[in-house]
Amino acid sequence: MRRAVVTGMGVVSPVGNSIAAFWEALVAGRSGIGPTTRFDPKDHRTKISGQAPDCVPAGFTPKDLHRQDRNAVFAIEAADQAWKQSGLDASKINSERAGVVIGSGIGGIETIEQEVLRMQEGGPRRVSPLMVPKGLTNMASGSVAIRLGLRGPNKAVVSACSTANHCIGEAINLIRLGKADIILAGGTESPITPFAMAGFSSMRAMSTRNDEPQRASRPFDKDRDGFVMGEGAGIIVIESEEHARARGAEILGEVAGMGETCDAFHITAPLEDGSGSARAIRLALEDAGIDKGMVDYYNAHGTSTQLNEPGEAKALRLIYGADMPLVSSTKSMTGHLLGAAGAIEAIACILAIRDGIIPPNINFETPDPECEVNLVANVARKTRVSVAVSNSLGFGGHNAALVLRRYE
Amino acid sequence: MAAENVKDKVRRIIMERLSKTDEEVTLEARFIDDLGADSLDVTELLMALEEEFNVDIDDEANSIETVGQAIDYISGKI
Repeated sequence: MRRAVVTGMGVVSPVGNSIAAFWEALVAGRSGIGPTTRFDPKDHRTKISGQAPDCVPAGFTPKDLHRQDRNAVFAIEAADQAWKQSGLDASKINSERAGVVIGSGIGGIETIEQEVLRMQEGGPRRVSPLMVPKGLTNMASGSVAIRLGLRGPNKAVVSACSTANHCIGEAINLIRLGKADIILAGGTESPITPFAMAGFSSMRAMSTRNDEPQRASRPFDKDRDGFVMGEGAGIIVIESEEHARARGAEILGEVAGMGETCDAFHITAPLEDGSGSARAIRLALEDAGIDKGMVDYYNAHGTSTQLNEPGEAKALRLIYGADMPLVSSTKSMTGHLLGAAGAIEAIACILAIRDGIIPPNINFETPDPECEVNLVANVARKTRVSVAVSNSLGFGGHNAALVLRRYE
Repeated sequence: MAAENVKDKVRRIIMERLSKTDEEVTLEARFIDDLGADSLDVTELLMALEEEFNVDIDDEANSIETVGQAIDYISGKI
């Protein structure tokens, strides 16, 4: 079977809009969470979030920005970074064998929210002709293809907070099956809008630790009180091993396997025994042909919600018993980027493999007997990492796990 | 409202919406062929002019192709 390797990475995130800034912050254990300033949150229960720094892709005019929803702008910026690092040249590749699989949990919700308000105020004839293209969840994937001239497979796989892992999984399938040589894959999300924040808040899913934003995202800690919303995008360039080697590209790592299951249990709550997630992780390891004992680092979904971590800890216990790999949730620093989360976390895993350092799970102060894991608490850990697993769960009962491996 | 004011205002809105300079937005400039707009941009631009001048240009939208035509049309309506 053809192997799928990573030759470029790009990120827009609450801790920085470059791979260097992102990784420096994660290794330092620095939080990207602060007061929400994109809108006035005074009537909202949750007044904090992880906002990305300003993001304007190279050459973008105000008109270009206006024609895209924020989520697509993030994807274009992250894709530009990844493409540049890969060293690929659109004029030298077979563009029909190059594609894009970028998803988003809730796509152009900001556009939809604003246009509904316009209709409410001015009637249906005030709705912008750009509402539909900007609102579509697949438009990030389409727009990246337009920008780079990639005419192969193109789609958005959508599964709420496991979106990016499904997109990366779909990308490696396309590569392995020989349907493409190059796929830009990942996720993008821009959910820091009054409407989206209100919805998650009404679910009581988000932290209200408004007076201590940087301590609010605290996965696996007993005093966690909900997730913190983040925004951004993570995009990786995935190539077939032979394509990357033929052009002498630097190979950053391998996406060695992907496993996916569904709880078939509840619209938002994960299976309490963690069995759905455990099956996905086992399937990913099987897909990669890797023994569970070879996993050095497990990047947890770790949202900082009451329900998530106990289920995830149980999943790890089902697989490993007490002797589990090192665990951290980088959401403790980035917040939860929903459909982009799995992508920036896969990038964190590849960087952990590259540098031999596991980013910490910050804000861990009080152990919770309901979710004890082998946590890299508060301070990064230097250790050789050859294999990492990145896990994601999405509303709807979706479970998707990726195996990232050192390329040798 | 003086005719000159309408002209300046329409041109300013076009410059802003299409990210074009004062020099580019001539009276003869065609939205699609000269100013890089597509049909979605033109429709949205005309909607912005409707809103700004409180006029209804729905039915005639297809015949307005240049900056000058837009100015003339708005001037005749207000």
